[in-house]
Amino acid sequence: MAVRQLRYREALNEALHEEMARDPSVCVLGEDVGRYGGPFQVTRGLFDRYGEKRVRDTPISEEGFVGIAVGAAMTGLRPVAEILYIDFSTLAMDQIVNQAAKARYMFGGKARVPLVIRTQGGGGRGNAAQHSQSLEMWYVHVPGLVVVQPATPYDAKGLLKSAIRDDNPVIFIEHKLLYNTTGPVPDEEYLIPIGIADVKRPGNDVTIVATSRMVLFALKAAEELARQGIEAEVIDPRTLKPLDVDTIVRSVEKTGRLVVVNEGHLTGGFTAEVAARVQREAFDWLDAPIMQVATEDVPLPYNGRLELEAIPNEQDIINAALEIVYRD
Amino acid sequence: MKLSHDQLADMYHRMWLIRYFEESARSLFQENMIRGTTHMYTGEEAVAVGACAALNRDDYITSTHRGHGHCLAKGGDPRRMMAELLGKVTGYCKGKGGSMHIADLDLGILGANGIVGGGIGIATGAAYSADLRGSGQVAVCFFGDGASNQGILMEAANMAALWKLPIIYLCEENQYAEFSPSKPFIAVERIEVKAQAFGLAGVTVDGNDVLAVYEAVRRAVERARGGDGPTLLVAQTYRLEGHTVGDPLTYRPKEEADEWKSAERDPISRFGRYLTGEGGFSEKELETLRQKAQAEIDEAIKFAIDSPEPEIAALWEDVTA
Repeated sequence: MAVRQLRYREALNEALHEEMARDPSVCVLGEDVGRYGGPFQVTRGLFDRYGEKRVRDTPISEEGFVGIAVGAAMTGLRPVAEILYIDFSTLAMDQIVNQAAKARYMFGGKARVPLVIRTQGGGGRGNAAQHSQSLEMWYVHVPGLVVVQPATPYDAKGLLKSAIRDDNPVIFIEHKLLYNTTGPVPDEEYLIPIGIADVKRPGNDVTIVATSRMVLFALKAAEELARQGIEAEVIDPRTLKPLDVDTIVRSVEKTGRLVVVNEGHLTGGFTAEVAARVQREAFDWLDAPIMQVATEDVPLPYNGRLELEAIPNEQDIINAALEIVYRD
Repeated sequence: MKLSHDQLADMYHRMWLIRYFEESARSLFQENMIRGTTHMYTGEEAVAVGACAALNRDDYITSTHRGHGHCLAKGGDPRRMMAELLGKVTGYCKGKGGSMHIADLDLGILGANGIVGGGIGIATGAAYSADLRGSGQVAVCFFGDGASNQGILMEAANMAALWKLPIIYLCEENQYAEFSPSKPFIAVERIEVKAQAFGLAGVTVDGNDVLAVYEAVRRAVERARGGDGPTLLVAQTYRLEGHTVGDPLTYRPKEEADEWKSAERDPISRFGRYLTGEGGFSEKELETLRQKAQAEIDEAIKFAIDSPEPEIAALWEDVTA
């Protein structure tokens, strides 16, 4: 199988091109997604190939165009709506939470909302408090939504294609600092199923569950831990909802130790959710407290030193692992 | 455009169907057979019936929290609606939606909505979808004067106008917004003028005259299907009941409601007078249509009461595909 090195943004762009070519009901809406090719160039080339009706440049009206995408999804299309920053998804909250997520259930299973909301989150680039948030758990909390957060170009492409084919509203969260990262992507078409975690690195001493950009930090941390004789198993859930708890629990049954890393805030966050699930299902296998590594409970600051301090890094993960592995 | 005898009869029948459905729903609510809350469409029948008479079966509508009338006007089955109000498994939503969430996607009814203005985005999306698919369908978005203050109207209407989407924003100006008169909360005298800011055609019509509503919607539909873009149509009517059943109505003079209830203004009485005059109907024909509607609602109540509740397993069904 031929494999190329692609950037994360290129992998996403390929997924959109392939799905639009495959299925005429797939359409794209959002700010600057058409003629400009997308603020992160993820929708590049779509406008020229598929025209202005299928690739709609919208005004700066998040609630409006997400609402339009919901209605389009209910009536035979498979829209991919792009919200430039996940921080702006707050403007479309009624459409996502009250309309898209609820339609199937409250209409007795009759409605289908095959909608993808592509957006990007995360900090680390000095975008400050309104452009750096990790709001994935807001959506994880809402029944009816699927939440996907790919960390690699390979996962990004395969999961976006699956998200577009999924009959549920999918919140597809990219990371602003991953767009230029590169990784292997096969020439051939492939899909990655939603709801399946990926073991990014095998190990027997401690399990590290990490999401999005934190996967990259966890892998670096694992290398350092290996130099100290500790073999960490790094698991990327890839889909936050539905969460592949089984893969995490199986790993914890092997390692007896768990560190959970997420760029969202600590309180009420992903790390607490995973910890709760694992303590219930793998209580007898745990040899140490579950460690949570998450962003400080503060708005993201602009200043670089302060922002670095707020967001988890490689060293935070190493420290958390060392604290529960009980070795010198 | 002239409506046939059968079409006029159907419209008159549907207006009574709505009136009796609402009266029954109010009683059932007062008897604690309907949970939560329910909103009466009584007095606004001409808007839904006139509008839906101008639509095809596969055209779309979005409805509101005050949605029973729109659903019946678009062809909804009163038995499945009443069963839904009673939370029964035979209801449109298998008892899981209730009064504010009735939908029949086979009839283009994209749902009542518990959020004021909640249908505006969905209807605009349905129009976008119809346009992209080249299906020739149109969407009618029902909303109230209260909802005309929601921000999404400006966002969605702007896009509908830019893209010339086949949609009619049908504002039912029933003069009340939840538990207050609407006028003190709308900065312009006539809602119609908002159309100009949004880039839409704007029309105001007597919402208690079913034929006037029909004609206005028919023209707007013609414009929409012809690719000439969306219309904001304001139908002026009156909410004869409170915001919800049980609303003490302390905020409005009784005389005002009495006047709107009078045979002179009541939309069904008005239409009846037209039918027995110019329309060429006999009193007996009208009486038969009224009785037919009443019998259908009685049958719907019986069907709903006799229907089973959902199994507990239904709690976890249909959350995701």
